[in-house]
Amino acid sequence: MSTASNVEARRRGKLYWALADGFVLAKRNLVQIPRIPELLVFATIQPVMFVLLFRYVFGGAIDVGGDSYVNYLMAGIFVQTVAFEAVATGVGLAEDLQKGLVDRFRSLPMARSAVLTRRTIADLVRNLFVVLVMLLVGLLVGFRPEAGLAGWAAAIGLLLLLSFSFSWIGATIALLMRSTEAVQSAGFIWLFPLTFASSAFVQTDNMPGWLEAFADLLLDRPVGSHGWRALAWCVGILVVYIPLSVSLYRRVAAR
Amino acid sequence: MRQADELRSRIGLTGQYAAVDEYLTGRENLEMVGRLYHLPKKQARRRADELLERFDLVDAASRLVKTYSGGMRRRLDLSASLVFSPPVLFLDEPTTGLDPRSRLAMWDIIGELVSGGTTLLLTTQYLDEADRLADRIAVVDAGCVIAEGTSGELKARVGGERLEITVAQGEGLEDAARVLERYTHGDGGVRVDAERGYLVATVAGGAGLLAAVVRDLDTAGVRVDELGLHRPTLDDVFLTLTGHAAEPDATEDEGLLDEKEIA
Repeated sequence: MSTASNVEARRRGKLYWALADGFVLAKRNLVQIPRIPELLVFATIQPVMFVLLFRYVFGGAIDVGGDSYVNYLMAGIFVQTVAFEAVATGVGLAEDLQKGLVDRFRSLPMARSAVLTRRTIADLVRNLFVVLVMLLVGLLVGFRPEAGLAGWAAAIGLLLLLSFSFSWIGATIALLMRSTEAVQSAGFIWLFPLTFASSAFVQTDNMPGWLEAFADLLLDRPVGSHGWRALAWCVGILVVYIPLSVSLYRRVAAR
Repeated sequence: MRQADELRSRIGLTGQYAAVDEYLTGRENLEMVGRLYHLPKKQARRRADELLERFDLVDAASRLVKTYSGGMRRRLDLSASLVFSPPVLFLDEPTTGLDPRSRLAMWDIIGELVSGGTTLLLTTQYLDEADRLADRIAVVDAGCVIAEGTSGELKARVGGERLEITVAQGEGLEDAARVLERYTHGDGGVRVDAERGYLVATVAGGAGLLAAVVRDLDTAGVRVDELGLHRPTLDDVFLTLTGHAAEPDATEDEGLLDEKEIA
């Protein structure tokens, strides 16, 4: 039997382990994606369906001024998709909490936050994939962005940051609700008005800045201060929700 | 709790339900746990291989855990709590739901761990398991510890050995009872079940006494179908202590395999 002397743990700072543990778990989450392909398939089908529905069902009836509706629509759809994925983060986390696996994690000297970081990081990677598929579908149905390389990088970067921030909101909801069913419905309640009662699908004169920024970046219009405001929103969400969900998780795990 | 992580790096825990990831392979599960104990990648892999070897999971190492049988899951789960060779290990009903062979294998593993110096706290509903594995036993009924001690100490609380006699065709029951009366120990007396032709008494004196009883019964002309001397089992202990049988939900028997460092 091997003794503790030849199994030696490394000593590093707290923040290092919080990230390292999160990555170890996230990597395991990602390894599982091809093993349960139906999850990714359905995560992708829904936003693609939204693109097609809006493009062909509502597209004819909505006038957004000079631009073609597809070009207008895509930015909104991207944002809506990554926002909706926050629910998936929440449901996944609620499932984690109900499994015995979390008990094992609780008995390990790992960072408490890693169980949360695992979800948010893995979902970020999944969202990147979903966004790329949607982009492809968008291009097929007439989306014609005129952005340069820098514009694309900025738009996708901001989108992923938004996705990451919303994931933490989803995680917080999961920790408050616990049961997957409750998380599912509570997760969507705030997202529907947030995405539909906005300028994501129809033009409004007082368009919220963070949303307009996506449209602007993708359509190569002058971004102005909207980009910074969107960035500030994301950072604000992260600053509030990361500590909030970590402290909630500590309480849940301390049962 | 202060120094919670310090504590966590010294204990291992195996719960009632296998805490392993279904969609990872056996090796991936163990490597993940090693990484979460903050072992470098290479060491985590080496440790995983050692454990797979030891728990007879080498052939299944690259298969997803969801294809594992119940016994394999338990073994993987147990090996996951041994990644860091913790000095103290907690096992919650490690053999519940296992087939007899897997249970024997699990008992062997547990025995090896204890002889290797691990202090182990395990809970079980199977009193024979506690009897076999535990150095010290705490009997828990409805959430309270109602008795504590070694298996021998607990059995002594019930009394000495039980001498059981079944007479042939139910004849000579009274003669047999009179014989048995001479050997009773304590204040239990002789209990007689006339219908089954069965007598039981608490005695003290071991195998020598058995020979004497046989001679006396023979002299009295009692024909015996069955005669046996039994040490009380922990089941008897439990029944005596609680006045009722072990209920799967409400009661738990805790076996404490005690090493010297935690006397």
